[in-house]
Amino acid sequence: MSNVVLSVTNVGVSFAGRQVLDDVSFEIRQGEFTGLIGSNGVGKTTLLRVILGAQRPSHGGVQFPIQDQATRNRPLGYVPQKVVLDPDVPMRARDLVALGLDGQRFGFCRRTKAQRAAVEQALRDVDAVDFADARVGTLSGGQQQRILIAHALISHPSLLLMDEPLANLDPKSVQEIVALLDRLSKEQGVAILLSAHEMNALLPVMDRIVYLTGGRAASGTTDEVVRSDVLTALYGHHVDVLKLHGRVLVVAEPGQDKSDIPDHANYTIS
Amino acid sequence: MHFLVEPGFWSNQPVRTALLVGALSAIVSAVIGVFTILRSQSFAGHALTDVATTGGSGAFLFGLSPLLGFVGGGLLGAGAMDAIGVQRVRSRDLATGIVLGAATGLSALFLYLDATTTSTTGAVQQVLFGSIFTVDRSLLVPMVALSALVLVCVGTIYRPLLLSSVSPELARARTIPVRLVSLLFILALAVSVGLTAIVTGSILSTALLLGPAATALRLSRNLRGALILSVTLGVITTCLGILLAYDSSAWVSSGQGLPVSFFIVLVTFLGYLVAGVPALQRRVKGATVDAAPTGGCH
Repeated sequence: MSNVVLSVTNVGVSFAGRQVLDDVSFEIRQGEFTGLIGSNGVGKTTLLRVILGAQRPSHGGVQFPIQDQATRNRPLGYVPQKVVLDPDVPMRARDLVALGLDGQRFGFCRRTKAQRAAVEQALRDVDAVDFADARVGTLSGGQQQRILIAHALISHPSLLLMDEPLANLDPKSVQEIVALLDRLSKEQGVAILLSAHEMNALLPVMDRIVYLTGGRAASGTTDEVVRSDVLTALYGHHVDVLKLHGRVLVVAEPGQDKSDIPDHANYTIS
Repeated sequence: MHFLVEPGFWSNQPVRTALLVGALSAIVSAVIGVFTILRSQSFAGHALTDVATTGGSGAFLFGLSPLLGFVGGGLLGAGAMDAIGVQRVRSRDLATGIVLGAATGLSALFLYLDATTTSTTGAVQQVLFGSIFTVDRSLLVPMVALSALVLVCVGTIYRPLLLSSVSPELARARTIPVRLVSLLFILALAVSVGLTAIVTGSILSTALLLGPAATALRLSRNLRGALILSVTLGVITTCLGILLAYDSSAWVSSGQGLPVSFFIVLVTFLGYLVAGVPALQRRVKGATVDAAPTGGCH
């Protein structure tokens, strides 16, 4: 229990009478890589907003057991789902990373030598030194993700929340970003909660999974959760889990609504 | 030197005041202008200049200080925009348009009354297109104070403003009070527009607000450089405009100099066009590189 960085307990959220999240509970420990998996619209972003404190739950709560007692700051880094960076703005990648350190600070202040060194280190950590001086809006999707990760991690949070960071990336960039996050979680001991509607790219690195559907969640290791009996109970109708060539496929039985199965057009999670 | 500077330029008191007032408002506008463009609030900036017109024309009508009218009008307009919803992207243009329409209607009334009921000559010309050579020296102190206030405000919120301008999502994620920062910025914008209206008139103050900043953003590699270049260009543009307007009295037979605001806008516009050349060259170079055949196995 001592190394739990996030505890979500019986969280429920409803909008206009519609239950978006219903009694969602799970824990994340230091250095764990957790995938928050579910199809579009099941409440992944809402859950992340609850964790961030931007959305008040109708019941339940969120705790950060190792909250910084000195500053009362929640030890969170966050990469939002949609970050539109204008290529015409002369904001260098390194400047955006530096704002991860002091972007919230009011008042006049110059960055210290140690802060500038921290920016360089953060750029090195995400292999972004080569394009650190380029306008961040002109970078590729994968390069921008590296910069956003450095922006989020430079203040050394114990938990990094990422909302669909792999969406709109090509398969090679997806592999590179997932490998980078895996390395960072191991090297820096930062826990990662990454939301995605695609599970397979995360299978090699995921320590735990929070599988979300119909407002309810099942959590545990991939082997504990991605099983026919667990997902059948979660969906409320029979689904099969097939493992083929290292990939997982969730298949609903004929006649069932597949809209809440991630990437249901393929009857799979991937 | 006579072909550049007509005699009496440096010793002329109204010219000295104009240079001081012009440089001051150019500095403030240049800083605010960079953020106005970054935040895609150019329309709001332009609308506030028109709202300042309402304040300026009202000040003439009621015999108040023009600075009070321009700045007060801008602040009221900014407050109205904020209250209606300038913070939310979808309703921003709508709120700006509604306030702009209402203010323009009021300006039309005030300017009509200025022209028909007051003895002030040239009020319409002065409000809309400025008259920097007739600025009262007593305005210097309040203008310096307002300029300092705006610059201190922007300096205080610089980093949260920068992050929320580049990406409101990232700013919210860092628990920055984006709404408060936006409100402070639009109030600073309103004051800046009011100061510029004294120099170029309210109609043309958009040029000084956006021109140097847009040129600087085209040419700079980073934001700090853009801010420094924007201020430099703003001051040079304004001083050059004042010089050309002063010199122009020797160019026309009537001996009446041409309006300062015309020259400031002309220099600003030409500067922006010239700044486009390097950007165009980069684009052409990039297209050439993209089109060039690459080596490798066939």
